[in-house]
Amino acid sequence: MKSRHKKLAIIVLVVAGLGIAAALVLNAFQSNLVFFFSPSQVANGEAPTGRAFRIGGLVEAGSIQRQPDGLSVRFVVTDTARTIPVIYTGILPDLFKEGKGVVAEGRLGGDGVFTATQVLAKHDENYMPPEAAHAVEQAQKAQQTVVE
Amino acid sequence: MKRWLPLLAFLVLVGFFAKGLFLNPREVPSPLIDRPAPAFKLPLVGNDAASFSPADMRGKVWLLNVWAPWCVSCRQEHPVLMQIAQGGRVPIVGLNWKDRDREAAMLLARAGSPYLAVPEDLDGRVGIDYGVTGTPETYVIDREGIVRMKHIGPISPDVWKEKFEPKLKELGA
Amino acid sequence: MIPELGHFALILGLLLALAQSVLPLVGAQRGDRTLMAVARPAAQGQFVFVALAFGCLAWSFLANDFSVMNVARNSYSRLPEVYRITATWGSHEGSMLLWVLILGFWSTAVAVFSRHLPEDMVARVLGIMGLISVGFLAFLLTTSNPFTRLVPAAPDGSDLNPLLQDWGMIMHPPMLYMGYVGFAVAFAFAIAALLSGKLDAAWARWSRPWTTVAWAFLTLGIVLGSWWAYRELGWGGWWFWDPTENASFMPWIAGTALIHSLAVTEKRGAFKAWTVLLALVAFSLSLLGTFLVRSGVLSSVHAFATDPARGAFILGFLAVVIGGSLVLYAWRAPKMITGGGFSWFSRESLLLANNVILVAALGAVLLGTLYPLFMDAMGLGKISVGPPYFNAVFVPLMAPALFLMGVGPLVRWKEGSLPDAWTRLKWALAVAVVAALLLPFTVDGFKPWASLGFFLAVWITLAVAVAFRDRLGHGAGGVGQRLRSVPRGFWGMQLAHFGVAVGIAGIAVVANFESERDVRMDVGSYAELAGYTFTFRGATERDGPNYRAARGTVEVTRNGAPVATLHPEKRLYNASGMAMTEAALHANLFRDLYVAMGEQLDEQGAWSIRLFHKPFINWLWLGGAFMVVGGLLAASDRRYRIALRRSELPRGLAAQGA
Repeated sequence: MKSRHKKLAIIVLVVAGLGIAAALVLNAFQSNLVFFFSPSQVANGEAPTGRAFRIGGLVEAGSIQRQPDGLSVRFVVTDTARTIPVIYTGILPDLFKEGKGVVAEGRLGGDGVFTATQVLAKHDENYMPPEAAHAVEQAQKAQQTVVE
Repeated sequence: MKRWLPLLAFLVLVGFFAKGLFLNPREVPSPLIDRPAPAFKLPLVGNDAASFSPADMRGKVWLLNVWAPWCVSCRQEHPVLMQIAQGGRVPIVGLNWKDRDREAAMLLARAGSPYLAVPEDLDGRVGIDYGVTGTPETYVIDREGIVRMKHIGPISPDVWKEKFEPKLKELGA
Repeated sequence: MIPELGHFALILGLLLALAQSVLPLVGAQRGDRTLMAVARPAAQGQFVFVALAFGCLAWSFLANDFSVMNVARNSYSRLPEVYRITATWGSHEGSMLLWVLILGFWSTAVAVFSRHLPEDMVARVLGIMGLISVGFLAFLLTTSNPFTRLVPAAPDGSDLNPLLQDWGMIMHPPMLYMGYVGFAVAFAFAIAALLSGKLDAAWARWSRPWTTVAWAFLTLGIVLGSWWAYRELGWGGWWFWDPTENASFMPWIAGTALIHSLAVTEKRGAFKAWTVLLALVAFSLSLLGTFLVRSGVLSSVHAFATDPARGAFILGFLAVVIGGSLVLYAWRAPKMITGGGFSWFSRESLLLANNVILVAALGAVLLGTLYPLFMDAMGLGKISVGPPYFNAVFVPLMAPALFLMGVGPLVRWKEGSLPDAWTRLKWALAVAVVAALLLPFTVDGFKPWASLGFFLAVWITLAVAVAFRDRLGHGAGGVGQRLRSVPRGFWGMQLAHFGVAVGIAGIAVVANFESERDVRMDVGSYAELAGYTFTFRGATERDGPNYRAARGTVEVTRNGAPVATLHPEKRLYNASGMAMTEAALHANLFRDLYVAMGEQLDEQGAWSIRLFHKPFINWLWLGGAFMVVGGLLAASDRRYRIALRRSELPRGLAAQGA
């Protein structure tokens, strides 16, 4: 084969490969990005219903309630300003505790209860997950502006 | 031209990293700055009968140091705090944050206590009010009970000199 | 005393690294043999001193010297001895020290096994590696000194993160770093070639075995990491597309592309510029990976709040090393003359396709990993890119590459024949299609993704078999003799490809047919999963060396016949107060039974318990093991050793004559 043809074939191959990759990426991106909202944002109705997202904050002290089936747990996530009730069925991570930072992924129901499919706590006792810390900071900033 | 592409792509990446690192400082100024320090009343470590409240410190410039016995960074700043305490310029209150098995009293007895009082925040509720994200964190509170500064991480001699001393001077301590 | 000795050794190591980098590089540029000769002894000396420093740190851990901050943070008096040693690399500082130590090891290996290379090449390669050492040692000494004292000393340490108290995690970082840092050798060879302007295919031949060994170690590191996560995190998952995992996976993809394009460059002199670029990229991603994970950008806000100098140093170092090498590349690359034309259907074109796909996949993973960081940096909100994205992109991208994997090794260089490939592979294709349609039913019903997995696994396996049949089908002597004449390079490649097939089979089954249940179990109650009956016999208290545990007893039976008695634990570590789930596994070649304790639910001793049935999960690790052995076999091929011996001979003669 002539070298001009070869070069052309290679370019076509590369462009086709990258094109397919780009298409896959864009497609997957649209449907699989998980956005993060703080409890204040959720309370203000900024979070989508019917689409999965993450919330983060602190597990409110004294809010953990085990349901009669033994595996479902209700707890409240707070960013110190607003709170969101969360329900989760399954085994919670080792570092899930009252007063600690937590990030939950799931969907918001029409009744305002967040049904979590996944509860994440950091593998480090000392610090909050960055998202949870972020939510608390934002809420305190917001409270400040409300007071002023 | 195309041979410069990898470099170009890399430079864009570095730009983002730099922005992430410097333009968006990780140390977010606490929203509590220039607000009244949240009130609380907590029992003291080793003496549950006595208690501490920020109101007790009215009229003084003081430091609220959030620490825990299990936190090594706190041990790192411990000698600095001891020096500050010995200097007598400003009293330090050590909020014992989410301590589990009351090692705090033992630890302070062993290593010496720089604190005027050590209230214990067992469930971390007070920590939530103050927006504590980890230990150690230190708040500078003025005579009127207003939070004037927050420092995240251990206090090193340099941090003390560059960050705290000017602030304290400004507040007249 | 000992920590100070270590600190001092580290400083000496830095000085030697400076000598190792500056003098030989200048010497090579000027053609000064005396300066070039500094490279080898300096590299070895640097290794000795860094090893001494590492030894000192390990000693501090072993001796429970809590006046060293690093020890106080990451160890504990009642931590078992073996974990005290491994805690040496459990922290940021320690793992950086391990990195430099391994870099010193690779440099020394290059110094020892490079007798057959031209002196200026050796000087440049060791000089570049020395520069990298300088960067890391300066980073350690200025921002992350592992020997910093704690005054007053802590009475006791705050314990090693319990997650790291597992031997999968003990071996994971050293193996991973052997891979990461091994790519530094390929990087140094590429830079040396660019610097010298001698961009023939020789450097490809020299760096090929090094790259293959590094790739094998990286593979091992990743497999160990995955195995550790599976057993230790208590969630039964083996790959989470977590940023820290991606950080090691991206260099692996680049490395995989590199070992394939190196083959083309070595044999045919083609793809030179591309191969050089891949060598730069593979190591750049290794650096990026190390820093992403170790700097704390990804995990903790506090990592930077306490020490912004670290982030700045890291970024500066990355910019100099990667930016500098890419500038050099842009400047020199046009001088590379691509040799050897090839037809559209040839070994070259198929390897090109492999490279295009791998690089596209690499880009997709890179994007998914860094996108949240970008969004955050731009203040556009916090998002996360989860496993669904990666699966949706990665699987369809890799499938064609895996298909071509069966064809590639059977096609000739330069000019292949499609009809010939068809004749040799049509039966394999037919069998693979049938297997794809039937095999899912033997497990648990038809699932399209499982079917695709089976197809690829069977296809690759049969292609490997065809390759061996063709190889042994003709030639002199009996089959045994012919088998012995097969070069190790061939064995290695086929074994690694077979490993991929085994791994795919494992993934196809476990991802599609695993089952799990979260159940509440009272003492004496039972739960069924995948035909097994799990009976909970209650939990008892048990004291470990540095933790207290609730130790459950779960009896597993199948159709009334006992299978195993499992003892999962829920541990509470004394010093850190961290709770840990220690899962219990019963493994065989075809399935794992996996039991993890949740939490105690009432006073009567009921617990929430998580049960998993993981069919074929062990094929994953097994496939990884084949890939590792394959890589090592290929790197030990006779022709690399012959090249070594042949070039030593004249040197020896010359020495006698002198």
